[in-house]
Amino acid sequence: MAAAGQEQTVSDYIVHHLTNLTYGKLPEGFERYDGETVAAGGQWTFAHGADEIAAMGFNAIHVDSLGWSIGLGVIFCALFRWVAVRASADTPSGLINFVEMVVEFIDTQVKDTFHGNNKLIAPLSLTIFVWVFLMNLMDLIPVDVVPELMLMAGVEYQKIVPSTDPNITMGMAIGVFALMLFYSIKVKGFGFVKELTMNPFNHWAFIPVNLFMEVVGLLAKPFSLGLRLFGNMYAGEMIFILIAALFSAGIVWLLPAALLQIGWAIFHILVITLQAFIFMVLTIVYLSMAHEDH
Amino acid sequence: MEMIYIAAAIMMGLGGMGAAIGVGILGGKLIEGSARQPELASRLQGTFFLGAGLVDAIPIIGVGIAMYLIFVVAG
Repeated sequence: MAAAGQEQTVSDYIVHHLTNLTYGKLPEGFERYDGETVAAGGQWTFAHGADEIAAMGFNAIHVDSLGWSIGLGVIFCALFRWVAVRASADTPSGLINFVEMVVEFIDTQVKDTFHGNNKLIAPLSLTIFVWVFLMNLMDLIPVDVVPELMLMAGVEYQKIVPSTDPNITMGMAIGVFALMLFYSIKVKGFGFVKELTMNPFNHWAFIPVNLFMEVVGLLAKPFSLGLRLFGNMYAGEMIFILIAALFSAGIVWLLPAALLQIGWAIFHILVITLQAFIFMVLTIVYLSMAHEDH
Repeated sequence: MEMIYIAAAIMMGLGGMGAAIGVGILGGKLIEGSARQPELASRLQGTFFLGAGLVDAIPIIGVGIAMYLIFVVAG
């Protein structure tokens, strides 16, 4: 962390852009970056650096991730509701046509993949696809634009891509996992326990072995779901930041760095859409497996 | 501290190898399938991208963690 008055090194720039705006409680007696010691009873405040974030512990909130993810969700719902109210049997045009295309795409996808009877799946898939896509889309905004604006408004850190925050992606994956468990128990009842304990060895003596293997397989699903999205977005954002840091290397690097940014952004458009699509398809597949009643 | 860089390099290298081999096999099957039945080509392409995204998952997680190690942990 650069001390006041010293120039920011490339390392500091990168770490600064990888830090979330964290709000939490600093423990009593903790010495902050400006030298002040936290008063008795702890203090709820925004963190000013990595040490303070570490001291805040588990109950700290990433305000920027929450704000952008909830804001984008509201935008998605408002936009689709606005279109839904105006949709009619006439020939659609423009935005209404586009939204209809998206809904039809999701509908076909769910019909192809989901082999159960549940009214929740299609709206859930639509939400997951469009929401994750919008969150990923924030990655295409140049790295410094919003953080610099926020800095002028007095906010020290800002990460505008919620899906680079493992909390957000794992939160969504845990939500999907909760739905998986709920529907497994609802549709299969005791058959779910039987499935966990009697596969693949169908003998009562093998129950511990079966249980261990099946639970590992079961837990791997939400883990891989959340971490896949996080890993892709984090690596992509990291490369954006690294190319942006290249701009500081001298006048001769301005054009190559700009071209690199454009090239990587174009490739990233594919990654963004693909990762949103994969998250959605895997959600549908997992929920379809939960509804399987032989 | 130098070991962290070697660790990150091993993570990225092995992950990259696995991803390249996996997507390469997938791509080969796509070309083969499209040559046998050209009318299915676009459906196969969609499934190819889905498969590529799944195969890429662990290597990309590895790349993300490796870059975190290089730039944030190793300062």
